[in-house]
Amino acid sequence: MSGTLRGKVCVAGVAETTYYKRGEAPDAEFKLALEAIVKACENAGISAKEIDGFSSFSNDRSDASRLSAALGIHDMRLANMQWGGGGGGGSGAIANAAAAIATGQAECVVVFRALAQGQFGRFGQGPQRNTISGEFAHTIPYGLMSPAQMFAMKVNRFMYENNVKQDALRAISLASYHHAQNNPRAVMHGRPLDEKKYENSRWIVEPFHLYDCCQENDGAAAMIFVSADRAKEFDHPPCYLLSAVAGSHHRAGAPVHNAPDYATSAFKTLVPRLYDMAKVKAGDIDVLQSYENFTGGVLMSIVEHEFCLPSECNEFFTLENLTNPNGKLPLNTSGGNLAECYMHGLGLNIEAVRQIWRESSNQVDNAEVSMVISGPMVTPVSASIFGSEATL
Amino acid sequence: MSYYLKLGLPKPVPAPDGLDAPFWEGLAEDKLMIQRCRACQRWQWGPEWICHGCHSFDLTFEEVEPKGVIYSHERVWHPVHPALNNQGPYIVVLVELAQSPSVRIVGNLLGDPEQTIPIGAEVAAVFEHHLDDDPVHTLLQWQLT
Repeated sequence: MSGTLRGKVCVAGVAETTYYKRGEAPDAEFKLALEAIVKACENAGISAKEIDGFSSFSNDRSDASRLSAALGIHDMRLANMQWGGGGGGGSGAIANAAAAIATGQAECVVVFRALAQGQFGRFGQGPQRNTISGEFAHTIPYGLMSPAQMFAMKVNRFMYENNVKQDALRAISLASYHHAQNNPRAVMHGRPLDEKKYENSRWIVEPFHLYDCCQENDGAAAMIFVSADRAKEFDHPPCYLLSAVAGSHHRAGAPVHNAPDYATSAFKTLVPRLYDMAKVKAGDIDVLQSYENFTGGVLMSIVEHEFCLPSECNEFFTLENLTNPNGKLPLNTSGGNLAECYMHGLGLNIEAVRQIWRESSNQVDNAEVSMVISGPMVTPVSASIFGSEATL
Repeated sequence: MSYYLKLGLPKPVPAPDGLDAPFWEGLAEDKLMIQRCRACQRWQWGPEWICHGCHSFDLTFEEVEPKGVIYSHERVWHPVHPALNNQGPYIVVLVELAQSPSVRIVGNLLGDPEQTIPIGAEVAAVFEHHLDDDPVHTLLQWQLT
């Protein structure tokens, strides 16, 4: 493949702020962004003045030029925003950062995301206004307005087509909560979930119980990327980017639920590019972080990334299969968006790196290939694969 | 006239750029108007300025039979808007139109909100006129046939 990102960049440092429940951060969103970036540089052992590029997603409000000014950076060379909402751009922002470094556009790029919903309003509520026009005029007056409501429609169709039972969604939720109990950073640390508590939780929108839905949180997360030539300068074991891709399929964004291929997490066209670049296949993945906006999106993502067939969901998605240390596919080992923090998924990329660094609170033995699926069911989506020295 | 959902949600108005105006004008007259390319006859939804198939800008809106089948559905329990706080569960359906099967429309399924919702079942449109509201508008609802 020409133009590959495989092995071209490495992760120098990662960090997050304290993760808070929605609206509870004591600090301004921009301050949270700065704190995460400075801490990620400390984790790398470099000065934040070495940063020469910013890459983010989901219309992050912490503007690159303000960050650059605040940090006293002398030569900003990249100010990049991956289009699209939700967490679909998490790995996409990494792909953009890596492409810039690999082609010499920038040398030290921070990928970051900051959220303070107390300061700026929630995702999970409908707009309170008298009229609505455009695409949402065709959905909101019918009571279809929140992300859960937008995506339940896709998941119901997928579950109908493939005879998937609710237990498969439940296993995904239980796995995240299970892993969060070992992760002191997790907002749901100390708040375990079991089958009964899941079953007794209220419906948000069928097929999503409360615990099928991500949290809404305040905080910030940041990752520092540099050329792979520098991988051995840092205290961490080398962690290379093996692949990062973004995009979506034919007319994925057709308005009012009109994508021709509808019941999908939107990864079908990305997966061949993802695995070809990394030179791996699903069976080579040691540990997976898969963005949970809602469990149904994880289900479809994992199917589309070829870990199981659509017809095998009821057998594949069990708590045993998805948890460390005995599962076939340890999933969301930090607790993920459901139980660690909803930082639009960038926490998943950080956890994937920590697995390679042997720093996870649910460390998978001999994790060499560590994958992240970012933001299912939106458009564009993205995914990334990290690898240890041994994978190059 | 009774309404399926409690009043107070944002009311639909045509897009300021005029892109979907014929659709809303049609609903007011009990007609379902869907965008179609005059050049290649392809149906297209939601409306756009260009045909996604042949890139013609010569697009029109044609009346189609207000019938279809349930392609997907959801029963909503948690209100995310104050107008729905005392609503209880309600059903949203995604309907694939019979005459233009590449087109799907969102609406509510009339009747018992706790009914079993059969994917693939045939439905017909009900034009829910809100004539005493400001602005006046019409919603497109669906019922099993």
